[in-house]
Amino acid sequence: MSAAMDSAWEAVIGLEVHVQLATRSKLFSGASTAYGAEPNTQASAIDVALPGTLPVPNAEAVRLAVRLGLAIEGSIARQSVFARKNYFYPDSPKGYQISQFEQPIVADGRLAATLGDGREFVVPILRAHLEEDAGKSVHDAFHAATGIDLNRAGTPLLEVVTTPALHSAAEAVAWLHELHRLVRWLGVCDGNLQEGSFRCDANVSVRPRGATALGTRTEIKNVNSFRFVEKAIEYEIERHIREREAGRAIVQETRLYDEAQHRTLPMRSKEDAHDYRYFPDPDLPPLPVAEALVESERLALPELPRARHRRYVAALGLSDYDAGLLTQERALSDYFEAVLARLPGDAKLVANWIQGELAAALNADQRSVAATRVSATALADLLARIKDGTVSGKLAKDVFAAMWAGEGGADAVIAARGLAQVSDDSVLVAAIDAVITAHPAQVGQFRAGDDKVFGWLVGQAMQATRGKANPQRLNELLRLRLLPPL
Amino acid sequence: MTAPPPVALAALARGLAERSYAAGSLVELALERAARAQSGLNALITLAPERARVDARRAHQHLASGTAGPLAGIPFAHKDLFCTRGLATSCGSRMLHGFVPPYDATVVERLDGAGAVCIGKANMDEFAMGSSNEHSHYGPVRNPWDPGRVPGGSSGGSAALVAAGVVPFATGSDTGGSVRQPAAFCGITGIKPTYGRVSRWGMVAFASSLDQAGVLARSAADCALVLSVLAGHDPRDATSVDRPVDDYVGALAEGVAGRRIGVVRQYFGAGVDAGVATAVRGALAVLERAGARLVDVDLPSLEESIAAYYVIAPAEASSNLARYDGVRYGHRCADPRDLADLYSRSRAEGFGPEVQRRILVGTYVLSAGYYDAYYGRAQRVRRLIAQDFARAFAEVDLLAGPTAPTTALPLGSSDADPAALYAADVNTVAVNLAGLPGISVPAGFVGGLPVGLQLVAPAFAESRLLAAGHALQQGSDWHRATPAAHWYG
Repeated sequence: MSAAMDSAWEAVIGLEVHVQLATRSKLFSGASTAYGAEPNTQASAIDVALPGTLPVPNAEAVRLAVRLGLAIEGSIARQSVFARKNYFYPDSPKGYQISQFEQPIVADGRLAATLGDGREFVVPILRAHLEEDAGKSVHDAFHAATGIDLNRAGTPLLEVVTTPALHSAAEAVAWLHELHRLVRWLGVCDGNLQEGSFRCDANVSVRPRGATALGTRTEIKNVNSFRFVEKAIEYEIERHIREREAGRAIVQETRLYDEAQHRTLPMRSKEDAHDYRYFPDPDLPPLPVAEALVESERLALPELPRARHRRYVAALGLSDYDAGLLTQERALSDYFEAVLARLPGDAKLVANWIQGELAAALNADQRSVAATRVSATALADLLARIKDGTVSGKLAKDVFAAMWAGEGGADAVIAARGLAQVSDDSVLVAAIDAVITAHPAQVGQFRAGDDKVFGWLVGQAMQATRGKANPQRLNELLRLRLLPPL
Repeated sequence: MTAPPPVALAALARGLAERSYAAGSLVELALERAARAQSGLNALITLAPERARVDARRAHQHLASGTAGPLAGIPFAHKDLFCTRGLATSCGSRMLHGFVPPYDATVVERLDGAGAVCIGKANMDEFAMGSSNEHSHYGPVRNPWDPGRVPGGSSGGSAALVAAGVVPFATGSDTGGSVRQPAAFCGITGIKPTYGRVSRWGMVAFASSLDQAGVLARSAADCALVLSVLAGHDPRDATSVDRPVDDYVGALAEGVAGRRIGVVRQYFGAGVDAGVATAVRGALAVLERAGARLVDVDLPSLEESIAAYYVIAPAEASSNLARYDGVRYGHRCADPRDLADLYSRSRAEGFGPEVQRRILVGTYVLSAGYYDAYYGRAQRVRRLIAQDFARAFAEVDLLAGPTAPTTALPLGSSDADPAALYAADVNTVAVNLAGLPGISVPAGFVGGLPVGLQLVAPAFAESRLLAAGHALQQGSDWHRATPAAHWYG
């Protein structure tokens, strides 16, 4: 745990998250946004910034920005303005990035998150603005030369900027997890951290506890895993405190996190900071967002993961842990909802099966929920057979495995494999009587008051039915048959 | 002025349709004249005979099969800032020397679709920055009326080619007067349409909020025919306006009877040559005889337009030209030591002094701490100018004045004081700042050099401009005058 937690210092953290919008084409060109293509095969004349080319905004990117803006309770600007951020770099083909500066598409939002100990906190969001991604410099592919890959140039991003309202690395990471869950839930972003679809910068400062003025901040750039974000922020908070306590001033600068050495290192100082010379892009008139678009997105907004999570706990009686797992991913949660719709009141049973058998099978096959081999309806059918006593919970797992293997629905598998539970008293009594006859010693023990041997007797009877006996009825009948004369 | 008057574009088209001459022959004539005139005028950067012959054959087939477009077989030249697929597009700059675009500008596509045959790419001031056509990597263009004088700019090559009778029309672009001023200097007609009327897709950008493609031709009627082809919405340009295109040719007959023409006092300011002012008033008298009513109008904010323009245009240019960095295409310096060296030497070698001057000014006015004082203020002035025009157009149908304060200047006269040359744009730049359409039509001669009358109309009233220009040309012969010198022997 960070030293800041109990020290005389308070950490103040603001986050900037680049959410890559899940559009097929780029923000201002028709080129594909698919990841992993051969270098420069997905760069159009616009992306290469050939003379005379012009940007035209991607309507789908605007729609996704509106959707996320509504989900974070932001206000959607009916007119936002694209601005040019001017700087020279080889992976910035136009010599400027088209972004939004003074009038972003989303302003004044908020998103709550929950810490491991259950404490909930709300982070106000300053703004979310549309901008295009840069290309990539490729440093290791050529001898004594740097390559430029413009496939990523022009990919649509929504940059979400929080107020400096977070106070620990743990809060920052919990909040990032919440935003990550939300953007994937909404289909706004694929959330792939490795491919850079969700990138985070953190602004960190410390101040004496109780002070209101902010300390000098440093910015940690482009950390690509939640674990490293946490470590980088923790390191940076401790470094700030160490410096301040030693009487040294913090230098405002951008720092990179060195994953191998678990520390942050200076990248560029404020003195080398660019003057970006922002001005409204004259190629792009103010971007209108129609009331109809906002309304249709508002109506189409699904129940959000935090609300669903709360409902699962409060109304369905699931544990916080189960509710969290089930709301990690929209498709899984919707699957749960679909099964539950067939078995209302059995949330715990449904949750257990989804997190148990289904999750294991998906995992083993490396499948997503969308590609499940056992549909929600099929699973509901199976669970219904457990509930009505047709099949035991234990054998139901075999039925599920057969269903997964494509052997058919629950009823078909149960019939074909003869896995139906035996609840016929005459069969059960025959088995029980055979056991009683075969094991007089154990029966004597039980009747002498040794209750522990009862389980062993049940096991013998169950074996005799090859596991298919209805366990409740078997128990009951065995107890009845073992009663001394009344 | 002994040469015969030029043929109207419509008559040329008729001649082609009626097989009085073949498309191929007409194109050969233009190619031959262009080649011969090159040493005297330097009006072309690239002559494209093979490509022109292919296009002429295609036009010939279309004419034969009755599927020809309205300009089928008519030779013309593109200003060298319209991207032409497979044909070098230099923008008059060493930076883009040898650059061959992989795509066509919308203007190029549309003229192609109409059957017109591009014979080559016209010389211009580098990146359209200049009003004398002396700022070209390919050397200055000479004025066909007097080879010791400039043709105006930045569309100087286009204007010279039309004035010399090499081609009946040429494309141009107008950011602060670059179609109208060379048209005035060369004694031809040039129209700058409303901002957004003609697509900017594929037109190399100078100042995006001001740039507009235009036409240079012999007459308002010829401009009407060509503009009909160019105008229209283009989804590839977000600033292109989606509204129907008027029937420019049909509207020519509307004339000026009953039109109120505001004679703008500020257009006849201190810098305006007395002879030019007299010639322009003479042309206005022709319009009056055709039924127009002249009224005096004040546009006080025009006096601030030069300052506003020379902040906004360089600001946008500084950003638009950042892409020329020697990395992906264009000029790259030899053996760069590092990235900073690659950038600074490639750009220092690739851009001429006028372009560098404007990039520096533009970078400065957008800098932190100066933005509000310069760029922000210039934008406020720009709004005032637009309001001034709107107020004037509540009273009058058209505004009028000299296109330029003088006739064509001698070559080299701008070298000493660039600011003086900027000041000469005073009558044209406000029209771009307000996004309005403007036309320059021949209005007589001073000392054997042509004078231009500028008419300005409300947004999208190009028909009104063309009809007024046509009315003037029905009542005068200035547009039929041709230079005495035979540039192509």
